[in-house]
Formats: sequence, C-alpha cells, structure tokens
Amino acid sequence: MAFILKKAAISALVALGLFFLMIGIRTEAGSSGQLIYWTRFGELAAMVGAVFAGSIVIELLRRWIGPVGGVELPAGVRATFATLGRLLAPALLIFALLVPVIFYKERYLLDLGILVLTYVMLGWGLNIVVGLAGLLDLGYVAFYAVGAYSYALLAQSPLPLPHLVDGFPFVAFSMEQLGPWAFWVLLPVSGLLAALWGVILGFPVLRLRGDYLAIVTLAFGEIIRLVILNWQDLTGGPNGISGIPRPTVFGIPLTPGEHGFAAMIGVPFSPTHRLVFLFYLILALALLTNWATIRLRRLPIGRAWEAMREDEVACRALGINITTTKLSAFAIGAMFGGFAGAFFATRQGFISPESFTFQESALVLAIVVLGGMGSQLGVALAAIAMIGGFELFRGLDQFRMLVFGGVMVLLMIWRPRGLIGHRAPTVFLQKRTEISSSLVKEGHG
Amino acid sequence: MDYFFQQLINGLVLGSIYGLIAIGYTMVYGIVGMINFAHGDIFMIGGFIALITFLILVSIGLTMVPVILLLVLLVAMAVTALYGWTVERIAYRPLRQSFRLAPMLSAIGMSFVLSNFAQVSQGARVKPVPPIITGGYTLHDSGNFAVQLSNVQIVVVATTIVLLAVFSYIVARTRFGRDMRACEQDQTMAALLGVDVDRTISMTFVIGAALAAVAGMMYLLYYGLVDFFMGFIAGIKAFTAAVLGGIGSLPGAMLGGLAIGLIETFWSAYFSVEYKDVAAFSILIVVLIFMPTGLLGRPEVEKV
Repeated sequence: MAFILKKAAISALVALGLFFLMIGIRTEAGSSGQLIYWTRFGELAAMVGAVFAGSIVIELLRRWIGPVGGVELPAGVRATFATLGRLLAPALLIFALLVPVIFYKERYLLDLGILVLTYVMLGWGLNIVVGLAGLLDLGYVAFYAVGAYSYALLAQSPLPLPHLVDGFPFVAFSMEQLGPWAFWVLLPVSGLLAALWGVILGFPVLRLRGDYLAIVTLAFGEIIRLVILNWQDLTGGPNGISGIPRPTVFGIPLTPGEHGFAAMIGVPFSPTHRLVFLFYLILALALLTNWATIRLRRLPIGRAWEAMREDEVACRALGINITTTKLSAFAIGAMFGGFAGAFFATRQGFISPESFTFQESALVLAIVVLGGMGSQLGVALAAIAMIGGFELFRGLDQFRMLVFGGVMVLLMIWRPRGLIGHRAPTVFLQKRTEISSSLVKEGHG
Repeated sequence: MDYFFQQLINGLVLGSIYGLIAIGYTMVYGIVGMINFAHGDIFMIGGFIALITFLILVSIGLTMVPVILLLVLLVAMAVTALYGWTVERIAYRPLRQSFRLAPMLSAIGMSFVLSNFAQVSQGARVKPVPPIITGGYTLHDSGNFAVQLSNVQIVVVATTIVLLAVFSYIVARTRFGRDMRACEQDQTMAALLGVDVDRTISMTFVIGAALAAVAGMMYLLYYGLVDFFMGFIAGIKAFTAAVLGGIGSLPGAMLGGLAIGLIETFWSAYFSVEYKDVAAFSILIVVLIFMPTGLLGRPEVEKV
C-alpha cells in the first residue's frame, strides 16, 4: 500500500511539473495585441488530483487482475468463440445491408454509416499497401485527394471528350454534356488518375524501406496538399470547389422533378433517398475493394506482396521482380483511395484542402494497424470502432483529437498487433492453419 | 549581392533552429531506431513554456533582459525535458520490444495528444509577444538595400553554438555519453556490461526535449509568436534535416538543419513563399533517392 501511495505521489508530482505552467496559467492575446494572462489553479489542482487518484486505481487494478494474457480459456469456450468469429463477418454484412431499412428515419445514423463505410473502404485500400505489401504509407490521403479533386475538376471542366455514343467515336463534346452520367464516367477515371499518382510516388521510393519510406510518403502527402492549397487558379485554394455534381442512379437523378428517381418508381420524393443510395453505393465500392483484395491475394502478385512484406531480400533472391511488385501495390492501393475520394466529393458536393490533412492519413493507418495489418474483418471492425468512437465525442469538440490521440497510444500499448492479430495463409498444405502474428516478423521492408 | 548576404544570414538563423530540433530526432533514431513523431510537438510545448515563463517574469517586475532570458531558457529546458521524459515513459517504453509499427503509431498518437493539449489548455489563437531583444547592426549599406544583422539573430546563433559545444562534450566525454553510444551500438551487450539501458534511453529523450525547448524559445524570440500547430511542419522539416545530414549522426543533424534553413530561405527569397515547404519536402525526397545515407551517415548493411 505504501508503495502504491508513493508511486501515485510521484505521478502527481510529475503531473504538477507538467501542468503547472500549461494549465495553471492561461495566456491570451488581449484586445490591443498585448498578451494577458490569468491563473487557473483550481483546474490545475483538479488535474493533479485526478492523476494521483488515477495512478492509485491503475496500480490496484494491476494487482487484482494480474498480468493480462495468462488466462487459458477452457476448450468449450474457445470453440464457441471460434464459431462466433466465423459468423461475425456474414452477420456484419447482413447488418450493413439492412442499415438503411432499420434506420430509415434516422438521417444522422445513415450519414454516420456512410462515413464509417468510407473509412472501411479507405482502410481496405491502404491495407493492400501496408497490410499485404508491407509498405508503410503515411501519405495515403494524397490519393484520396487526387481522386476527389479529379472528379470535382473534371466534372466541371469544359474539356473535350471523345464522343462515344452515336457510333461516331471522336466528336468532341464538353464534360458537362455527360449530365447525369458524370459520376459513373468519372469514377473510374478518378481511380485511374489516383493509380497513376501511386506509380509516380512508387518510382522514386522503390529503394526505400521502413521508416524512410514512411517519411517520404508523408512528405508526398503534404506536397500534394500544399499544391492544392496554393494552386488557386485550378483548385480554388483554401476556398475549395463547390457545386460538384451529385450522383445519379445510373443516369436517373435523385431530384424531386418528374424525371427524378422517386417519380420514376412512383413514390413520393424524400431527401433520404439520396442518403440510402449513397449508403449502398459506398457499401458496394467497399465490398468491391474487399473482393478485389481477396482475389488478388490468391494471384501470384498477391503472394509476391505478402512474401515481400515478410522478407524483401529473400524475395529478390527467389527472382520476384520487386519493382513491379511494389509499384502494383502502390497503384492498386491508390486506385481504391481514388475511388473513395471521388465518392467523398460527390457525397459532400464541396471539397477543400482541409479534408486531406495528415490527420486523415494517420486515422486510416491507425485503422489498418489496429485492425491487425492484413485482416479484412479486423480493418472493418477497427473502422467502426474508431469512427464510431470519434463521433461519440463530437460534443466535446476541442477534446476530440486529444482523446483520439490518447486512445491511439493506449490501444497500441494494449494490443500492438491489432484486434485480429493472426494470419491465415492463402497457400497451405492440406490443412488450413492460423499463425499468431507475434511469430511473423514483417516489417523491415 | 547584398540581398544574397541578407538571405544567407536569415537562412543560417532559421537553420540553427531546425538543427536544434533535428538533434533530438537523430539521437532518438540512433538509440531506439524509431521516428519520434511527437518531437515536433515537444518543440511547440517548449515555445509555450518559454512564452508563459516570460510573461510571468515580466509581470513580477523583472526588467533585466539577460536575466529574464537566462531564467526563461532554464525553465523551458527543465519543464520541456520533463515532457520528453513523460512521453517516453508512457508511450514508448511499453512498446520497446514490440514490432516496428507499434511505437510509430503510438508516437503519432502522442503527437496529437500534445498539440491538442496545447490547444485545449492555451486556446487556438496565435500568441504574439512583443520583441524582447531589439536593435542590431547594419553590416553594409549600398544605398538601396542594407544588410541587417539583428541582435536576436546573434543571440539565436550564439546560444546554438554554446549549447552544441556543451552537448558535444556530454556525448564525447562523459559517462552518460559513453553509455548512450554503447546503447546505440548494441543494447544487450551494453546492458551486460552494466549500462542501465532504460535510464540511458530516458536521458536521451530528456536531452533531446531540452534542445527542442531551446529551439522553441529561439523561435519565439525570432518570430515573436507561438501557436499550437507549429510543431507539425517544423517537426517534419527538422526530420528532413536529420535525414539530409545522415540519421544517427549528430554533426550531420546540425549540418542538415543549416542546409534546410538555407534552402527554405533562398527559395522564399528568389522563387515563391507559398511553395517553400514543398521545396523542403522535395529536397527530402530527392536526397533519400540519391543519397539514402545522407551527408554524414553510415551506410546500413542489411543482413538476412
């Protein structure tokens, strides 16, 4: 007991040292530009007291619960858990399909669902780069931005396009004439442009690995953001782009008029229709990402990615072409990021550089790592937990990022290998086995 | 020509600040092999601590500028060092044996915590301070352009040089410096020979944070403002400096800092201010592609 008290006292003392100036004294620029300050010793005392109490509680919990992870569950319980685990993915999918039906009246929940699914898709896209190929990418948001801006700019540009309709392929006409089909034509274009940027980033960083790769991708992400911010003629700079065309149900607009989707199927118009449509659209896009990933993992290129993640030198010795392996991972990951970006642009109708900061990259990376690097289900669960949790703290606006950062640190300490930390190899002899991720090395490439 | 010399002076001053932050990155990378993402925010905290201390000292009636500066420097170094120590203790030590990505994400999380802690506790608005050190010299006046060397610039560069001398002495000659270099080479062997590895790593973070605090204070003196978001960009640039100089090499970090400071200043002076950060980051990419070991770094031998 004396030991616990002593430890708590030391923690409180450290907290006093940390917070005395930062919390005890509040500075602010006064009306005439000079600095003023006032003291807040009440808050300071509360914080130090909280640290003291918290330290005692943590220490007591540690004594009572004992070391975590030493508990061996009985076989029956483990079997139940395994069954539940197998049922989890189909259950989640069915739930996702039913969300617009269950929550049709709750616009906020539908919006949140769309947001979560956007991050699920981004997580699955980044998972190809980080989880499968083992290339640590801290600038993924750059491709998201490229996708969003490609769609926004092309949809409003008077660029001539080859006419593909009347059997006369090369009559130039304006992009605006695409009309209701703009989104469906430009979605693949945005994805391809993002993939192109993935290759452009991939080329210079072919020789880099690990932390160096991380920092170069971060720099790349920042360069893209700064160029978007400063190239005012093209992108509108900090004011962003507004009036981006909304998506249509394969050419039928979701508007109240008589040509709208509602009139077409004979129901009264409701703005919720668009939300429901957007929800299913992003769900389909996310599932496409997932399906592509699962299929790619079985192809030689997917196996090469996973081999490269585990050991790049051995890969090269076995004759795997590292250049194409890396570039394809960057390109395909970036392409799905670009799709997600185009979706984001059409959902918001407005984009600005503020949506593409490093925080977004860090959030997506946190989702992938927390999900267990390479586990599709884990990434989906992590996205639901992170974005859902993030929304819970919407009320405490200022404290939101503070809590988010703190949670990120705690989660890493609690489960550095993520929520689903095992590996199911795609290639196996006779029997499917699972490998604990603490046995795989990954990560030096 | 005069314009060039003026930019050279400005670049060297900015480079000194970057160099001081870069040392923290390179030291930590050398000893634990991770990018301390929160280091830029430690620099920002250092700036805030210096601002608050300065405000208190002035309001209790202290008027002697050198005394104020010295006290602010000491308080900022001490408190910021405590921040560095706490960050290592909470976020990095439990993950030291973990796989490579975990400490990196934990560091990114810590960076969010620090910058938003500053925002929540001190407000989001930019905090300006009146110029503390005024005056300067005109080195050369050609009629239409005069090369100025202000006293603030002299103070920044002089403080940097003195601290670097002290720091080099610590690393090269003291017991702690030997421990640090030993841990850098082989932690297990160092531990077997009686080096307290945990304590050495903690001390590395403490010293890195103290130097970042000095950089924060110099930034405050030189630019006359702090805000909660300044750590991110400054942090990436300082990391660029560390990479440019060769990560793990202490003189390299300082050299890289000066190089980045000069590049940024000249770019803003002769091309465009808006794209100065783009220039710095492009340099990072180009250096890593053509010179992955940096200016003074050792090549990394890869074993299978």
